[in-house]
Amino acid sequence: MSVDTATVRHIAKLARLQMSDAEVEALVPELNNILGWVEQLGEVDTTGVEPLATVIDQKLRLRDDVIDADPLTGGNVRDKVLLNAPDAQHGFFAVPKVIE
Amino acid sequence: MADLTALTLTQLRDGFRAGDFSAREIAEQYNAAVAAARTLNAYTVETPEDALACANTADAGRQSGDLKPLSGIPLGIKDLFATEGVDTTSGSNILKGFKPPYESTVSAKLREAGAGMLGKLNMDEFAMGSSNETSAYGPVISPWKRSDGGNASLTPGGSSGGSAAAVAAGLAPGVTGTDTGGSIRQPAAFTGITGIKPTYGRCSRWGIVSFASSLDQAGPMSRTVRDCAILLEAMSGFDPKDATSLDAPVPAWEQGLSSDLKGKRVGIPKEYRIDGVPDEINALWDQGIAWLRDAGATIVDISLPHTKYALPTYYIIAPAEASSNLARYDGVRYGLREAPEGGNLDAMYAATRAAGFGTEVKRRIMIGTYVLSAGFYDAYFTKAQRVRALIKQDFARAFEQCDIILTPTAPSAAFGIGEKMSDPLAMYLNDVFAVPASLAGLPAMSVPGGLDSQGLPLGLHLIGREMDEQGVLNAGLAIEERAGFTARPGKWW
Repeated sequence: MSVDTATVRHIAKLARLQMSDAEVEALVPELNNILGWVEQLGEVDTTGVEPLATVIDQKLRLRDDVIDADPLTGGNVRDKVLLNAPDAQHGFFAVPKVIE
Repeated sequence: MADLTALTLTQLRDGFRAGDFSAREIAEQYNAAVAAARTLNAYTVETPEDALACANTADAGRQSGDLKPLSGIPLGIKDLFATEGVDTTSGSNILKGFKPPYESTVSAKLREAGAGMLGKLNMDEFAMGSSNETSAYGPVISPWKRSDGGNASLTPGGSSGGSAAAVAAGLAPGVTGTDTGGSIRQPAAFTGITGIKPTYGRCSRWGIVSFASSLDQAGPMSRTVRDCAILLEAMSGFDPKDATSLDAPVPAWEQGLSSDLKGKRVGIPKEYRIDGVPDEINALWDQGIAWLRDAGATIVDISLPHTKYALPTYYIIAPAEASSNLARYDGVRYGLREAPEGGNLDAMYAATRAAGFGTEVKRRIMIGTYVLSAGFYDAYFTKAQRVRALIKQDFARAFEQCDIILTPTAPSAAFGIGEKMSDPLAMYLNDVFAVPASLAGLPAMSVPGGLDSQGLPLGLHLIGREMDEQGVLNAGLAIEERAGFTARPGKWW
């Protein structure tokens, strides 16, 4: 499989990356080079092999069902959450107008 | 006063406890060394006042008998670890100015163990790179020079390049690194220091800026195997805030150190003899085999048949996970925002990310987005996960025949800055020996073995069974004792 400029533009859109025509042109051969190289995995017979998503043999834990149990990641830290926001107004994250 | 920056972390700890010098003297000397070495670009932020404040606490603690495992030791912290109130940027413009209101679990553990912080260490942007050249702060310059009379600037490796250069140049007795596909071990090899990546899950990933979550693992880098054992003990442990954290006790690795390898079987994988690797590297590997035999080990030939597929597997899985993890950088909650006049929310996302990410990060987000996109998910991502299962199975079979695996750490010595930047694939090949252990989640370590004909360090690489950091450290110690590696870069900065 290989990519062309239209595919690269589509992927850039999915990835939310604004790209100039020059950047798109440059990426086409680079991505094709890398994708051509990874396609050697096609040689490997993986029939019946389960995909490995995690290397450690343990079930994902669930947190205790307690509100604000952790002082760092629980509630009542609004100001800390907003501390690094490029634009925080009235205790909210502010973004360009979404709804007309 | 003696030059305290020439001592190992163990010597500093023991000398401080014995009253040979104060923690304040250690901090002052390191602060001065850091300030005098800005040419190397190893630190992105210096925190001398933090190092001094922790030193004062340590000195007071020594008076009152309140000594902690790392009292008196100042450390450098890779810029990937969130440090409360101190800039944490992951080497990226998109996080410039980000001051976390929280501390990563690993750095918090080091603080609880009494360590101070000298500053934040430069790194490849979001840990994507093997030469530290993708950093928004510019490359780190290795303290090492070739002996050919030329004056070429060399890379310290990456992504923990600032970490490696800081230890090699005497700008920290120990540092944190992170390793996704070799980012602790390859720079350790390039700079003649020691670094260990523990079993996946040993160190909490909470508060570490995510790259590829199924691979990322923190670890220490320092001058000696014992130094690494001390630091790893302080960094490891269960953390309920990280769902992949291992709920297992932390062994007393320093106490358990022994270079007697009688009864141990060392596996030599035939697939790691790769065409094009310099003879010097294979010769050092043979020397390493002789050293481990001398330590009492039996050498056995093993096979890891899927080795050649590890790198392509990695370069599907890591970018896929990265493209997902890096979706959080959108200009809303933290970091950079670029909002084109009259543009909508989508335009803001796209402009922010275009301005904030560097070339290599964009390249990997694009690869990751492509392999996860509709129609290609199974062909690339699921396929890579299946091959990953086979790679893990290779190691499980090999460890029925042996207890530890010995290989070279990297296929070359340090290269010059700029030499490989134009060819992403050539750069990716740097981690050819390091990546398989990462994919399998196994503990692995690089120990300096010797110098090449250009006078540059080369590393030997040990891979252990899951949870067997002790076996890795012990084999590392056996090599360290026999290699007698004492070379240090001459001070030119």
